[in-house]
Amino acid sequence: MAPVQVRATVLTVRRVDAYHAITLVAPAVAAKFRPGQFITLAVGGQETSMLGRRAFTVHDVRPDHGGTVEFVFEARGPGTRWLASLHARDVLDVVGPLGRPFPVPRDPSRCLLVGVGYGSAPLFALAARLRVRACSVDFLIGGASADRVFGALTARRTGRSATVATSDGSLGARGTVSEMLEQVIREARTEVIYASAPVPDLRAITALAARYDVPVQASVDVAMACGTGVCMGCVLPVTGTDGITRIVRSCVDGPVFRGDLVRWDDMGTIPFDALGAPGWKPLPAQERPTGSASTHAESRHAG
Amino acid sequence: MPADLRSRLGQLELPNPVLAAAGCAGAGRELAHFMDVARVGAIISKSIMTEPRTGNPAPRLAETPSGLLNSVGLQGPGIDAFLQRDLPWLLSHGARVIVSVAGQTIREYGALAARLSDAAGVSAVEVNLSCPNAEETGRPFALDPGTAGQVVAAVRGGLKPDIPVFAKLSADVTDIVAVARACVTAGADGLSLINVLLGMAIDPGTALPALAGTYGGLSGPAIRPVAVRCIWQVREAFPDVPIIGTGGVRSGRDALELMLAGASVIGVGTELVHDPSACSRVLRELEEELAVIGADRAADVIGQAHGAHGAHGAHGAYGAYGAHGAYGRLTRGATRWG
Repeated sequence: MAPVQVRATVLTVRRVDAYHAITLVAPAVAAKFRPGQFITLAVGGQETSMLGRRAFTVHDVRPDHGGTVEFVFEARGPGTRWLASLHARDVLDVVGPLGRPFPVPRDPSRCLLVGVGYGSAPLFALAARLRVRACSVDFLIGGASADRVFGALTARRTGRSATVATSDGSLGARGTVSEMLEQVIREARTEVIYASAPVPDLRAITALAARYDVPVQASVDVAMACGTGVCMGCVLPVTGTDGITRIVRSCVDGPVFRGDLVRWDDMGTIPFDALGAPGWKPLPAQERPTGSASTHAESRHAG
Repeated sequence: MPADLRSRLGQLELPNPVLAAAGCAGAGRELAHFMDVARVGAIISKSIMTEPRTGNPAPRLAETPSGLLNSVGLQGPGIDAFLQRDLPWLLSHGARVIVSVAGQTIREYGALAARLSDAAGVSAVEVNLSCPNAEETGRPFALDPGTAGQVVAAVRGGLKPDIPVFAKLSADVTDIVAVARACVTAGADGLSLINVLLGMAIDPGTALPALAGTYGGLSGPAIRPVAVRCIWQVREAFPDVPIIGTGGVRSGRDALELMLAGASVIGVGTELVHDPSACSRVLRELEEELAVIGADRAADVIGQAHGAHGAHGAHGAYGAYGAHGAYGRLTRGATRWG
């Protein structure tokens, strides 16, 4: 669905433990949204000195006021602090929905939704969509401490099961979601994992899930400046279904990728065998790939 | 009556003077949701090289005050994919396309020009001279008048005579007029200025350079005064050479500033990262600015700031604004800062 650029009015700004949540009135964005997609915002006002847009996965859309969009963030820099200082009726420049959504299974499946920190935010809209498709939904969410676990109550209320882990033990089990993952996969007899977390967690989740032959759809959280694909800033190495590694943009080729296709160990590098890497030798012209073969393609369960 | 926006770059005629600058509009398709590519004066492609290229590792971007620092490293699909996929898409959507080329050797530039010479629908070629010269320990071609001229000559020689060549200059030089002269002498039909300025940012939290590539190109409004100065100097030296002005244009007023300095058309670059519909907004704002000053034609403002300079005396000498133009009444420095 084509993204739009709109002036959206702030409906609410609220504090959610260590994070903030902003709800915007943006009917055109809400109408096209699918779980896993994100929006970008211009920050700092009309004459801002901050040129990068700020990207946030959408937490929820609702039909009120013609269509609202909510996102969750941590105020940890000048742009996000500016956002946290907004009030109802302020107006924001919003672009969205952007990026590839979470693919959902064709057949009813047992789905495990794994989130870390505010990364859990997009999982609840996904859960609703999965339930419509007759999938079961288990949650495994965590964070450094209780105030950095987003959506534990909703997870407990709506999930078939909900496991919470914090590094300091202030909520749920003491530990990380990766440490809890295998136990949850076994107990829930998980068939597909959806994960939204920092890169080190996604890497661990993908590796552990592979032991159980469970596919992972991973929503990658990397810094973006434009969200539309022009700036080439949010790149990561991903292997296509044709076996060729490309340096792809998270904003247009993701942010959701098949976990087993992301080269987690090579994040922040240019793998020597990536298409176009220094020393890379082109194939003969007739075999040369010109497109970016799917990095997101169907897995057995999630298509 | 709205001003006549039609613009000329030498032999090249464009419907308006607002272009999408190289490297900031992707392959054009990325921004098609937010603007009509046919309504932009022209799309300048991301710099195309011979082979596909991964570019540099992440992190590639840092936000600096009113600027972006990037070390993307010319990631691109290579000329084959550009000619098979990107150029036809742009042309089929009614865009006018100026193809930016980048090479690691003078020969590569010449070979790219030869490929483009055979392709239909190339309005002009912009030569990105800021690419490292592989034969001279990575020193960018743009830094030396001699090598810059050799690159331009190679592109000019590889290209049909009816495709104009614009040399994109770097402001990271002591004497930009000398580089401009070398490029014009070597056959450039026009000049494009400026490219990014070399910069660097360090993250005090990690004590590491913010970019994996250590240095990056600074762009955005932070560099606009440098662009205005360079356009001014080159216009003074070569009043008849058309200039594509780029460097920190965010608004119609900024576009007007670069045109007053001597740019025939302007490119919107980094602002497209911040606002994907910036080209149409800047064009609309430029029309409003032209109406305010009473200019009948966008072309009439080109280089007009030079009229107030030195022995030329008042703007009236150029007659662009007529008796009722706002500039006729205002004296430099007579207004307070807003």
